[in-house]
Amino acid sequence: MFKIVSKRPLNESGLEIEFVIEAPLVAKKARPGQFIIFRLDEYGERIPVTISATDPEKGTVTIMVKRAGKSTRMLHLMEVGDCLADVVGPLGHPTPMEGLKRVCIVVGGVGTAIAYPVAKGMRDRGIAVDMVAGFRSKKYVILEDELRACSVNFYPTTDDGTYGEKGFNVDKLRKLLDGGETYDEVICFGPLRMMKMVCDATRPYKIKTIASLAPIMLDGTGMCGACRLTVDGETKFACVDGPEFDGHLVDWDGVIARSTYYEAEEKEAAAHVCRITGGVREHG
Amino acid sequence: MANMRMDKNPMPEQEPLVRNRNFDEVALGYTPEMAIDEAKRCLHCKEPKCMEGCPVAVHIPDFIALVAEGKFDEACDVITQTNALPGICGRVCPQENQCEGKCIRGIKGESVGIGRLERFVADWHMEHGHKDGPPAIPEANGHKIAIIGSGPAGLTCASDLSRRGYDVTVFEAFHKPGGVLVYGIPEFRLPKAIVAKEIEKLTYFGVKIVTDAVIGRAESIDELFEQGFEAVFVGSGAGLPQFLHIPGENLLGVFSANEILTRVNLMKAYLPEYDTPIKIGKKVAVVGGGNVAMDAARSAKRLGADEVYIIYRRGMDELPARKEEVEHAQAEEITFKLLNNPVEIVGDEGDHVTGIKVVKMELGEPDATGRRRPVEVPGSEYIIDVDTVIIAIGTSPNPLILSTTPGLEATKKGGIVADEATGATSRAGVFAGGDAVTGAATVIKAMGAGKTAAAGIDQYIKSL
Repeated sequence: MFKIVSKRPLNESGLEIEFVIEAPLVAKKARPGQFIIFRLDEYGERIPVTISATDPEKGTVTIMVKRAGKSTRMLHLMEVGDCLADVVGPLGHPTPMEGLKRVCIVVGGVGTAIAYPVAKGMRDRGIAVDMVAGFRSKKYVILEDELRACSVNFYPTTDDGTYGEKGFNVDKLRKLLDGGETYDEVICFGPLRMMKMVCDATRPYKIKTIASLAPIMLDGTGMCGACRLTVDGETKFACVDGPEFDGHLVDWDGVIARSTYYEAEEKEAAAHVCRITGGVREHG
Repeated sequence: MANMRMDKNPMPEQEPLVRNRNFDEVALGYTPEMAIDEAKRCLHCKEPKCMEGCPVAVHIPDFIALVAEGKFDEACDVITQTNALPGICGRVCPQENQCEGKCIRGIKGESVGIGRLERFVADWHMEHGHKDGPPAIPEANGHKIAIIGSGPAGLTCASDLSRRGYDVTVFEAFHKPGGVLVYGIPEFRLPKAIVAKEIEKLTYFGVKIVTDAVIGRAESIDELFEQGFEAVFVGSGAGLPQFLHIPGENLLGVFSANEILTRVNLMKAYLPEYDTPIKIGKKVAVVGGGNVAMDAARSAKRLGADEVYIIYRRGMDELPARKEEVEHAQAEEITFKLLNNPVEIVGDEGDHVTGIKVVKMELGEPDATGRRRPVEVPGSEYIIDVDTVIIAIGTSPNPLILSTTPGLEATKKGGIVADEATGATSRAGVFAGGDAVTGAATVIKAMGAGKTAAAGIDQYIKSL
């Protein structure tokens, strides 16, 4: 069993919550860009989520989880002292940072949580990071202080202009590139459609662009093939070959179509989360 | 005097059209009377051919003689001397190619029902326990061994080593131990309670099982050595599903058999109290002709599909699945589209599968495997209307251990190179066996490899 040792909302919307969980085996080894799979209880799904931070001394792993389907809703209802049935990891390849000097990280929404350890890892290695962080509105902004601390330049944007520049993060990225900024690499974390737009924006500039893909993963060890995608005409598995891929070579339409496959079921299941018992199930 | 009836005592089974709507076990098992009667069909050959056919060398005539006398506890002792998982082997071994395939009684009639007897003895033992109480626990020898993967190879290796007094820890990546026995083989063929009980027996002998531990990521083999493990056995299985590489394979509604089976078996998608989503349409095509294809097809039927097709490019005689599984599938109204080779999966504007285009085949000259090679019939393409396609054409070894363990030699197909006689790999102290070495094979072959490696490890530790 894996105990929740702390829990805090990341912004006033309450949509994104940070959990610190005891998982010593994972904490010992995890590097930026890797993920875990958790399972709430015997009846739960296996849910992949990127690791935000680790404390090898304390043996804890930090994850930031957006409320979406049934499992994430149930997780949000769990409290400090409650236990998850399973936490397995670290999975996937760490983000490669070799040879990079100047990088632009483009994040959107909950992708911010995934980007944070990567940005921090890059800063620690002396890589100059510019960060473009897009949110729907001011109340959805997360991790601002942490991200600022990792970046040379920090450019927040909001769709409604309530904070930072009004517009999408990809618009800001385009402005930077048009204005003559150059980067060894652009890395994007966020919704699939956003990452596709980022890749489209950087293509004319021929800047290598890495996208972090977490489509439907089931076992996270390369066994089921559920997370397959086409990269440069080849079938790859996000969990073992990724989760990061060259965004200019990804078949985005295929990835986006596949990611919506269980949407209807998830919506229905999420509607069935009991608000009274929450994470505690009535059976079993 | 032996019972000279020509045919085996038939296995009591659930009715086909009842069972294809539930996940309960198909075969119900012999009664003690049936088992004794069947055991009496054994001729007790001086040179028992059946034993030669058994990868774990069960003393078959000996245990059968005890069953014939109604001494089921003693029969169990004989089996478990060499086989740690009899309840599993009795159910899923391809006996027709192994022990039963060599049985003298099979020449003129049907072989002795060795698998059914093994299952009977194991089930009897699980239900009634042993009259002498639980077995003695061997004295610890103080040597620590790590086993990676809790499938049939790992469990067998763990069992043999623990009985020799080793301190064994098994690392499993999933949340439940059992490997393919829990994620792959369906409940209706191998109830998970049986697997759990067999594993319980190992923990009784002191085997420790650590779940949620992905060796290669959380810890490397080198780190296991640093922690004081003196030898490591790798039984990490054949993980990566293979695909056909035909157009349309990433359409919505195309799955690997591994995905469907994992969702159903490990994640219990068929039980309403589990959150695991699963989508099986009304018309399902399963591509492939092996046991996994049969399992996927029969699972799809049980999940509510009206029509389920097995699409296979060769003929009935070439199907690699066990004959019994093919017969079970046919009885459960699975339709076999033989000599049909998929060329494309077709979909609608929303990228959902609407059909699978196949070309008809005819059998030509035998190929390198001795099977007649299928040749396309030009212009014979047609579309089978389906909304779900399940690809069951095999798997390749999991690359995680090889890619994170320096000095471990690989085969061209991505398997770990291991000595057949000892399981030793190119690295001292690292042994391997099962699908991680051979690519997808059978449970019993993996068990045989686990057994061989246990002996190899024992020898290695004693030589240190």
